[in-house]
Amino acid sequence: MEQSGRGHKARREETDGRGRLHTEGQQAVFSAAFPYAMKHFRRITVRCNTRKGGDRLDTKTAAVKMVNVTKVFGSIVANDKVSLEIRRGEILSLLGENGSGKTTLMNMLSGIYFPDGGQIYIDGREVVIRSPKDAFDLGIGMIHQHFKLVDVMTATENIVLGIEEKGKLDLKAAAERISAICKQYGFELDPNQKVYDMSVSQKQTTEIIKVLYRNADILILDEPTAVLTPQETEKLFAVLRNMRNDGKAIIIITHKLHEVEEISDRVAILRKGQFIGMLTTAESNAQEMTNMMVGRQVELNIERPEPVDPKPKIEVKGLTVRSEDGILKLDDVSFTVNSGEIFGIAGISGCGQKELLEAIAGLQKAEKGSIAFVNDDGSREELLGMDPLSIEKKGVALSFVPEDRLGMGLVGGMDLPDNMMLRSFRRGKSVFTDRKFPRGVAENVVQELQVVTPGLSTPVRRLSGGNVQKVLVGREIASAPAVLLTAYAVRGLDINSSYMIYNLLNEQKKNGVAVVYVGEDLDVLLELSDRIMVLCGGKVNGIVDGRTATKNEVGLMMTQLRGEDADE
Amino acid sequence: MSKVKTPRFHISKRGIIPRRQTWLIRGAAIVLALILCAIITTMMTGLNPVKVYTTIFEGNFSTSRRIWVLMQNIAILLAISLAMAPAYKMRFWNIGGEGQVLVGCLATAACMIVIGDKVPNAVLIIIMLIAAVAAGAVWAFIPAFFKAKFNTNETLFTLMMNYVGLQLVAYYVIVWEVPKGSGKIGIINQATQAGWLPQIGSYKYLLNILVVAVITVLMYIYMNYTKQGYEIAVVGESENTARYVGINVGKVIMRTLILSGAICGLTGFLLVAGTNHTVTTTLAGGRGFTAVMVAWMGKFNPVAMIFASFLIAFLEQGASEISTMYSLNQSFSDILTGIIIFFIIGSEFFINYKLNFNKTGEKEAQ
Repeated sequence: MEQSGRGHKARREETDGRGRLHTEGQQAVFSAAFPYAMKHFRRITVRCNTRKGGDRLDTKTAAVKMVNVTKVFGSIVANDKVSLEIRRGEILSLLGENGSGKTTLMNMLSGIYFPDGGQIYIDGREVVIRSPKDAFDLGIGMIHQHFKLVDVMTATENIVLGIEEKGKLDLKAAAERISAICKQYGFELDPNQKVYDMSVSQKQTTEIIKVLYRNADILILDEPTAVLTPQETEKLFAVLRNMRNDGKAIIIITHKLHEVEEISDRVAILRKGQFIGMLTTAESNAQEMTNMMVGRQVELNIERPEPVDPKPKIEVKGLTVRSEDGILKLDDVSFTVNSGEIFGIAGISGCGQKELLEAIAGLQKAEKGSIAFVNDDGSREELLGMDPLSIEKKGVALSFVPEDRLGMGLVGGMDLPDNMMLRSFRRGKSVFTDRKFPRGVAENVVQELQVVTPGLSTPVRRLSGGNVQKVLVGREIASAPAVLLTAYAVRGLDINSSYMIYNLLNEQKKNGVAVVYVGEDLDVLLELSDRIMVLCGGKVNGIVDGRTATKNEVGLMMTQLRGEDADE
Repeated sequence: MSKVKTPRFHISKRGIIPRRQTWLIRGAAIVLALILCAIITTMMTGLNPVKVYTTIFEGNFSTSRRIWVLMQNIAILLAISLAMAPAYKMRFWNIGGEGQVLVGCLATAACMIVIGDKVPNAVLIIIMLIAAVAAGAVWAFIPAFFKAKFNTNETLFTLMMNYVGLQLVAYYVIVWEVPKGSGKIGIINQATQAGWLPQIGSYKYLLNILVVAVITVLMYIYMNYTKQGYEIAVVGESENTARYVGINVGKVIMRTLILSGAICGLTGFLLVAGTNHTVTTTLAGGRGFTAVMVAWMGKFNPVAMIFASFLIAFLEQGASEISTMYSLNQSFSDILTGIIIFFIIGSEFFINYKLNFNKTGEKEAQ
């Protein structure tokens, strides 16, 4: 005990050393978080290594060491002899394109997959992780992208769920311990709040505390910021820094390079299942990371041409939508989308973006309002109350890239031509389907968008996320739309695929298409869109110019409804 | 000193493997099943398993009559399976095949009894055909309608419709029983043969078999090459996607179930007008349920379903032969059939997953 306490002290000094390596901006945030950790230093020292009492822990030993870890799925090598070290008191970013094996690697650490080869050492001791329970016993906790919480239970109930302890279940004591954990690291969470009342960020907090409550000191976070606002991300990062200073080993999987630069101490880069290299964040930059990740030079600027001859294409007026259980999802939403522009829509997830796009696409019933499509000759078609088929029959060329790619945009079990056929199968009077045409479309999409697939007859479910999205966007663009609706078009996509999607959208914009881009990454929204509409709780909280608006301004509009000047 | 234990084996998913290899796995499963059956046979009955297998084979192929009966059984089972295939491909759990066949039988018999001697035979057969197809279609349409409009549970609904169909048959068997008090309808129109399907040459079952062969080809084309077949596949994989591309999901459900029920009704027509010339509550004989298994085993591919129905019809006929030959209980042959089917279905696991055996059981920790 005494020994491990000393060991911890030594590690702390090392952390401080690294802390100083940060760039100036981060230094400020870091020291802001630092006194807090200092205050709790004594307690932390005592708490830290009570688990697995007999273990020798010294600063030189990595918390996790993976040696030649290999995982094969059929003919695909997901991880090829990956060797990696994570130390205590550091935040390590795991960077790589889609399909580069990041999640697979972490899943092996958290007991979801079993490696086909290689060894894993925890604190210098070789271990075998057969199940998530084994991982928990070793102090490894993973926070997945999709939360696994029971909606009708409170935070406390969710956190203690599944812990097998002898004796009576004492929720009160548990709640106290949860509050203590919150205080220690700077979380904000009401232990008695029900999950259905929580924001996405609160749900994530619950998930993180769930693993801390089980004494995890190796934390893996899979794209934790994907669903957060900039302000929430800041809060999360402050908490992560506190945990790092407490001597925990933190691994974060993310695609956002500026976040990697901001939060992590070191960056491990994977490419095509292989370990490419380890960088010290302070000594590297986004360009270098990208190049290593992709394997060649990549241009990191999003182009934004001026809209040419913008004319109103979609006019939405007073659109009000209620969900099936009567909850107001869209409240008196009005806006106009022009041809030849990218119209960004920002907002915390679940603020009506889905309902808005689905209402335009004819998939969502509305209480009142109107959605007009303006033809080139100025005549209008009312889209509200029509289903997708009648919209198509009216000759309104509307394409829609929905959020749920495999559940709505595509059919996972079908191959590429069959998925292309979704849009074209009705053509012609024959009762038989024309398979030649969709095959041609599929061939084109694969070639032009560089879709990586073993062949055309591969079910799209077997493709990686980025390639699935390319197939979907490719199909939607192939029908030469006048309006292109996209929901989270680059969610989960790596840099390379993301930029390809941005380029495709820009191409459509140049062709005079009215592009609607619902996004979550504000940096991208601000770089790509001509105008940005901010939704807040189903209301339009303002439409700003993408060229002049700032991230902070949009971030605030996402969370706080404006007063009188809420209208345009 | 702690030792690290690695598990003996772990399971991982396979990629796409060559078709030849999948058939090898299935073949191996059947061989293993036969070996296990042989061991159980010897242990429980003391019989020579080779003799038992020979008997199963002879039960199917020893005389030309047996071969024809086998073919007829395959045809009827296949026909009902073909009716199930589009419904299940759409992920509509139609377990009402039994009832849909029975009402088809009843409608056919009703026409034969009520208007048997009032219209010319050709007209009668056409009326019988229409009545049977319509009855089966209605029986399947009712649950489909409620599913499409109110999203009711089709599994329970179609199951309940079985009982309604069964009771209707039971009721009319009493109404039309010949002679009174026998509780049976007996052979309908035995003297006039009104409404009996013509026999091709001296082959009693040939017409049924040909009709089912035609349905098989048509169903293959329908499922794979038509727009409606494509819509069924899309709805089955993802209703959201279907709605997204403008497919009217409710309409597809109702249309497909009408087709499914119609084929069941047609099968009922073949059973009554073609071969049995009577109706009883056991005429469908559980084949409405067995057909579900055939459809899944054949993965809704009509060609593969021919093999699946052959296998089941073959096993059933062979099993009843061994129970007569060796005066064994029918349950024993059911055990053998069960083992074989279990192995075949279980082999799918080894097509999708593989076992990885780890070389060393134990390793020394550092």
